[in-house]
Amino acid sequence: VAATHVERLGRIWTEREGVMGWVTTTDHKRIGILYFFTALVFFLAGGVEALLIRTQLIGPNQNLLSPGAYNEVFTMHGITMIFLFVIPISTGAFGNYLLPLQIGARDMAFPRMNALSYWIFLGSGIFMYTGLVMGQAPDAGWFNYVPLADKQFSPYAGIDFYCLGIIFNSISSTLTAANFIVTIFRLRAPGMSLNRMPLFCYAFLAVAGALLFALPPLSVATTFLELDRRLGMHFYDVAAGGEPLLWQHLFWIFGHPEVYIIILPAFGIATSIIPTFVRRRMVAFELVALAEILVAFIGFGVWAHHMFAVGLPIATTIYFAAASMIIVIPSGIQLFAWITTIVTGTPIFKTPLLWILGFIVLFIIGGLSGVMFAAIPFDQQTTDTYFVVAHFHFVIFGAAVFPILGGIYFWFPKLTGRMYHEGLGQLSFWLAFAGTMLTFFPMHILGLEGMPRRDYTYPGGLGWTGPNLIETIGSYILTAGLLVMVGNLVWSRRHGRLAGNDPWKAPTLEWSTTSPPPPYNFPVIPTVTSPYAMWDPQDREEDRERLGRGVLTLERGHETPATTSLDGNLDELLEMPSHSPYPILLAAALSGVFVMLLVGHWTTALVFLACVGAVLVAWHREEPYG
Amino acid sequence: MSCRHGIPVSVLAAMTVALGGCGAQSTLDPHAEPAREISTLWWWMLAVAGTVLGGALFLLFLGWIRRREPGMPLLGQNEGLARLLVVVFGIAIPLGVNVALFVVANLVVAKVTQAPDPRTTRMTIQVVGHQWWWEVRYPGRTAVTANEIHIPVGTRVNLVATTDDVIHSFWVPELNRKIDMVPGHPNRILLEADRPGRYRGQCAEFCGLQHAHMGLYVFADTPQRFRAWLSHNASPRTAPASAQARRGEQVFDQQACASCHTIRGTSAAGAIGPDLTHVAERSSLAALAIPNTRAELSRWIRDPQHVKPGNRMPRLGLPKADFDALAEYLDGLR
Repeated sequence: VAATHVERLGRIWTEREGVMGWVTTTDHKRIGILYFFTALVFFLAGGVEALLIRTQLIGPNQNLLSPGAYNEVFTMHGITMIFLFVIPISTGAFGNYLLPLQIGARDMAFPRMNALSYWIFLGSGIFMYTGLVMGQAPDAGWFNYVPLADKQFSPYAGIDFYCLGIIFNSISSTLTAANFIVTIFRLRAPGMSLNRMPLFCYAFLAVAGALLFALPPLSVATTFLELDRRLGMHFYDVAAGGEPLLWQHLFWIFGHPEVYIIILPAFGIATSIIPTFVRRRMVAFELVALAEILVAFIGFGVWAHHMFAVGLPIATTIYFAAASMIIVIPSGIQLFAWITTIVTGTPIFKTPLLWILGFIVLFIIGGLSGVMFAAIPFDQQTTDTYFVVAHFHFVIFGAAVFPILGGIYFWFPKLTGRMYHEGLGQLSFWLAFAGTMLTFFPMHILGLEGMPRRDYTYPGGLGWTGPNLIETIGSYILTAGLLVMVGNLVWSRRHGRLAGNDPWKAPTLEWSTTSPPPPYNFPVIPTVTSPYAMWDPQDREEDRERLGRGVLTLERGHETPATTSLDGNLDELLEMPSHSPYPILLAAALSGVFVMLLVGHWTTALVFLACVGAVLVAWHREEPYG
Repeated sequence: MSCRHGIPVSVLAAMTVALGGCGAQSTLDPHAEPAREISTLWWWMLAVAGTVLGGALFLLFLGWIRRREPGMPLLGQNEGLARLLVVVFGIAIPLGVNVALFVVANLVVAKVTQAPDPRTTRMTIQVVGHQWWWEVRYPGRTAVTANEIHIPVGTRVNLVATTDDVIHSFWVPELNRKIDMVPGHPNRILLEADRPGRYRGQCAEFCGLQHAHMGLYVFADTPQRFRAWLSHNASPRTAPASAQARRGEQVFDQQACASCHTIRGTSAAGAIGPDLTHVAERSSLAALAIPNTRAELSRWIRDPQHVKPGNRMPRLGLPKADFDALAEYLDGLR
């Protein structure tokens, strides 16, 4: 009986073959893979930019890049790593691929909207890089402060690429966030009440909530700037009664929650890897879940600590300093929960756990230097120096990207069905860890010795030459580590040992299905009685039994079950849309709108807007609910 | 300048000194009370941070040496005890440390680094940020200079920081924290130096193409020397002494120079570039981009875009004799 169920499911869920299959896909796993490789291409671009920066700064008074090129490169490095690499790879790739698998669903709640997010992300990335290729890259930093970014001081189109590209990109992230929230609240497997949801999913829930509220202020800020630049309005123009600090407030109201948006997925990955490799459940599960949500929440109340040197009223700075200190508490809870879980468990230091160990060390260093910025006078002394660059690279590269890299090793067997090479995996970790420490640790010293950020060069004789040289060498070692990792995975993709369903004896549901998972994810919808579903052998035995009896196999249609949002009781069956050309068409029409806005062809922009409307109409004529 | 730290030095501090020594722009080499307070705060924060990092590394090391063995020494796999550890190390201790840090840093040290009470300062200096140089004015006196601030040693100076274009940030780390120069928001900061000397500063907020070449010096002089400097700089230019210098003055007044620069005592009254009345007395040109020697000066006026690409001084393309006369004239403006 089971064999015919599975065969029917395969027929219903398998998408078209070839390129058209990828273009029209609504399968969250394929969309996740598209996100993954696209984000990696941007990571490569951002990495090359980083190496250009470090090579320029290898010694005093170097001329590898002209001042203008340097400013474009460091601006694009920031924009790329944040908007086109870390967020897309963590939410778009890890979130998309793993969330439905971890909660036992067959897809995301809005599969076509999910595809739309990807195509918009791709369009916005190409849009922003077009500026660079045309020699019109943004050059006022990723923070893009006015009045430097106003028309008067930046007359070229670079800043317009920035503003429109960011607005375009944030549509994608908003769609993803809404999709995650509904998926997490409605599509969990029967029995998966909120308190039985894996911590990974809590992290992504927190990220999605934060994204939804953090992006509007950014869109407002960039829209105001475009109106100032293109239509001569005066939002930021002091001479006409505008206010340049408005930009800084709006930008950082987005910008600080953004830091937690970047790092929370990494926390989620850590809470998946640690229990697996120390063979025990997370210590203080509820505290950690609560802390993940709290971090995202408190993150909205600390933005002005980026502005302590602008001369804000003392009462304001004191409030924001206090709020910035409070956010240490939820981070401390998570940190010590990971550490105590490791030391009270039975740790086996395979590659994924090594990356998490590196992450913990780097996060402690970055966290400790972060607390120091809540000491207002110290912040006012070291802000806009390399001390800050050190701090946020420990946090963003060390604490956000290390778990992503560890996560790639961890889930590689699930995606490919094969194991990576363990020895090379460990080598890549140690190279990357040593490279990271060498690249970013001396930046603390540079900052304390007075080297400002964003300088295309520096004079000798100020004690800055030695640390800069060490940093540049470190960045090459780090690159070597990443190349070893790429080589390892490319080789293992074909020649690795077969992995089987669950090579790690890991606790969450994605390991219950085949590697790689079938298009319908699970032949039978699993039922759950704890956050560590795979460590409940009785439940999995029941799944197999139900598959035999054909209960909850849902093989009559393109369906996934919906459950109640708190208790996870089976509520209804949802008919899910399948492959569709409309997401990519809508994204293409929207790209047309933004390109025309950039070149100032308002009428043509309206025509493209009409195309957007037409695609939306066609899209909605195909609602599966009919 | 020597390195003196008020607090016992940890391993990292030793590393700091070994790696770079104390530069001429170091926050760890303070020469005034605000910078010293911040530096002391830093060493204490480093000590606490080092302890926390050490403790966490010790725990992870414990996990490493007990790999493949279940549980922790003494603790085993006791769920309640493990949770207690999280509460103590993750909530209680950070809370206590943060409250202490908040009181010390934001209530005590911040008092010293705030904008000074006007009743406690003896004089005011205005600094205006420009892309990419500093204009320095002494209100009540006609003295105007650029990229160099002279102050009397041991005197509390009220510095008013404003900008003429984009946001800059005034920062002389050995003396005090930085203060941004934001359009429409005049900010104030205390400038004071304990000992006579030269203190390097630099723009700390990204301000465009030549942000890297926007440096300045603060000279703390003895009160007598300062008074002499100020009255000299309040006076008009020294009349050119040679025929070539007189020719240079003519060139300056007739060519584009005078439309951007002021030289008091002549018809040159431009307001775009630095006041050059006593330019020869300054130690550097182009906001510390090059030393103020005759050779560098000649190179600078001939091709300013090669020395500091993107700055607002155009390449004039005058005959060689005119450039030589200009250099002779400017070099004599003491």
